[in-house]
Amino acid sequence: MFESISQALHGVFSHKMRSFLTMLGIIIGIASIITIISGIKGTNEQIKANLIGAGNNVVTVQLYQNDMPYEMMYSGNPVGVKPLEAGQREELRKLDGVDNVTFYHSRSYAEQIYYQNTAFTGNVFGIDDSYFAVNDYQIKQGRGFTAEDQAQNRKVVILDERAVQTLFGSENPVGKAVEIMQEPFVIVGVAARSSNFEPVINSVDDYYSYAQTDAGSFFLPDSAWPIVYRFDEPQNVAVRANSTDDMTNAGKAVADYMNENQIASQASKDGMSYRSNDLLKRAQQLQELSSSTNNQLIWIAAISLLVGGIGVMNIMLVSVTERTHEIGLRKAIGAKRRRILTQFLTEAAVLTGIGGILGVLAGIGMSKLISKFMDTPSAISIPAIAAATVFSILIGLVFGFVPAVKASKLNPIEALRRE
Amino acid sequence: MLVEMKDICKDYPQGKEKVRVLKDVCLQVEEGDYLAIMGPSGSGKTTLMNLIGCLDVQSSGEYYLDGEDLRNAGSNRLAEVRNRLLGFVFQSFYLLPKLNAIDNVALPLMYAGVPKKERRQRAEEALKTMGLEDRMTFRPNQLSGGQCQRVAIARAIVGKPKLLLADEPTGALDSASGSQIMDIFDRLNTDGTTIIMITHEQAIADRAKQIKYIRDGILSSGREEPPQAETPDGEEGEAHA
Repeated sequence: MFESISQALHGVFSHKMRSFLTMLGIIIGIASIITIISGIKGTNEQIKANLIGAGNNVVTVQLYQNDMPYEMMYSGNPVGVKPLEAGQREELRKLDGVDNVTFYHSRSYAEQIYYQNTAFTGNVFGIDDSYFAVNDYQIKQGRGFTAEDQAQNRKVVILDERAVQTLFGSENPVGKAVEIMQEPFVIVGVAARSSNFEPVINSVDDYYSYAQTDAGSFFLPDSAWPIVYRFDEPQNVAVRANSTDDMTNAGKAVADYMNENQIASQASKDGMSYRSNDLLKRAQQLQELSSSTNNQLIWIAAISLLVGGIGVMNIMLVSVTERTHEIGLRKAIGAKRRRILTQFLTEAAVLTGIGGILGVLAGIGMSKLISKFMDTPSAISIPAIAAATVFSILIGLVFGFVPAVKASKLNPIEALRRE
Repeated sequence: MLVEMKDICKDYPQGKEKVRVLKDVCLQVEEGDYLAIMGPSGSGKTTLMNLIGCLDVQSSGEYYLDGEDLRNAGSNRLAEVRNRLLGFVFQSFYLLPKLNAIDNVALPLMYAGVPKKERRQRAEEALKTMGLEDRMTFRPNQLSGGQCQRVAIARAIVGKPKLLLADEPTGALDSASGSQIMDIFDRLNTDGTTIIMITHEQAIADRAKQIKYIRDGILSSGREEPPQAETPDGEEGEAHA
């Protein structure tokens, strides 16, 4: 086996130009497939990196009416949906895949929030003790909420860095007062996400998924929430899953629990439901979208492999004709059909195998170049490289078969006599 | 008896007709014999050689090689027989141009399944007996015709065959090289190798112990029927190739 391969290598290298031209189809085909797959894998890895960076394995479970998120600001408290009680936190934490949970109220595009004469239209959250832990916030300036803040319904607020930037610029906001729904609140601290996450934005989808387009967030203790908004408002839940892979399950478990325990049957008939909104699912959708476009490209590249295979078959047929004397001689001195067949199959497979390896190298080079000059992601896939190499050897075996059979069936007398 | 042929006939299709190339050929060759077969082009001598050499199968008749009836042997069995019992020397050498002398000579041993090291060793020995010890790594295009033919003989004898078949072995050589080849044949025969040789040169045939003549597919012994003028358009033009 090893010997026939080294023999075949010898044959390939003794016709360098011809071998290279024959391989060219395979090289181009494999190179384009490797380039495309590197592109797909790069995009997918970037999507996942964005997701892990952005979400910290957090899934939000929100109240929906029919297919729209329920908007508390305009609709009032939904009928038949119970708010969560503190004791239920432990029950939720015991669900499969759940690491930690937090309950929170929220308003997006809040109205009637001012610092002096500047209006703020970002998000407002009414949060419990675990909110910052679950969402990975740290207090950067001032302090966090204390037990007294919650117990005494103090009108205090923590801003995120974005809100600080929107309202205060470089000024220190701690100790300043803001007005929320005509109530004065004192800023006690500034919070920021501890992980320094910057998503890579390549498409409109990425933009909507990861970019922070709002003006920032205000955080109130949930005991102060009824002062400015409403009593008994049902909360949303943010769930931190044990791992990225658990996100979908943990989110679903919490949503199921909420639908079962918090929503009366009449309300659920009216279209009220909790839904988990996890980024893993979102990322998978994005990945599928980018893959399905590129899978079509792979098929197109596969056609060039087919053409390359036909080229190999053609050259092998020529080679069989050219080497009739050699085949006749080999048979005369005792080579069985099988040996001749193996010899020519090996030659074809070695030819396309080398072509495949060169194609892989060219593909890696090409994807790096494209990635560098077009600033798109790319990642080399080891399984794809292995598959491409094996597949190109297979092409040799398939397209080399007809010529090899032809060689093995040559009659030694005629083969020796032929001029 | 090494070669025993009884009433061998060989037909070739030619269009819709069949042409009988060999007619009731009987041939017996003992071990140690040295036989020359002479005949003009188209006489059927190469066809006979192909049959003796198990490259072709007779249309009718019986052929025993070293006692084995090869009528029903498949192509694999015939390949084995050629590999183990026979050695071939051709007019135009048929050395593989990409291989050096050693590799060319070692080729039959590869098909016999001899391990690589032993192959090389035996090929070197065979080349030495041909007086080519200083040409072992040369390729055919770096060798003279006589040297090429000696490499080819080394290849034919490296597997220690019982029977050496030579088809016009000196046909492509000048007379000096030719007589060198014939000296080698004499030596091989003296050492016990049976030789059957095809030639159309009387001087070459005279080196053999025994001469048989073939004409129009009929084999005869005795010198009473010497070769006459060659038929111009015989189907076996190799004597002039």
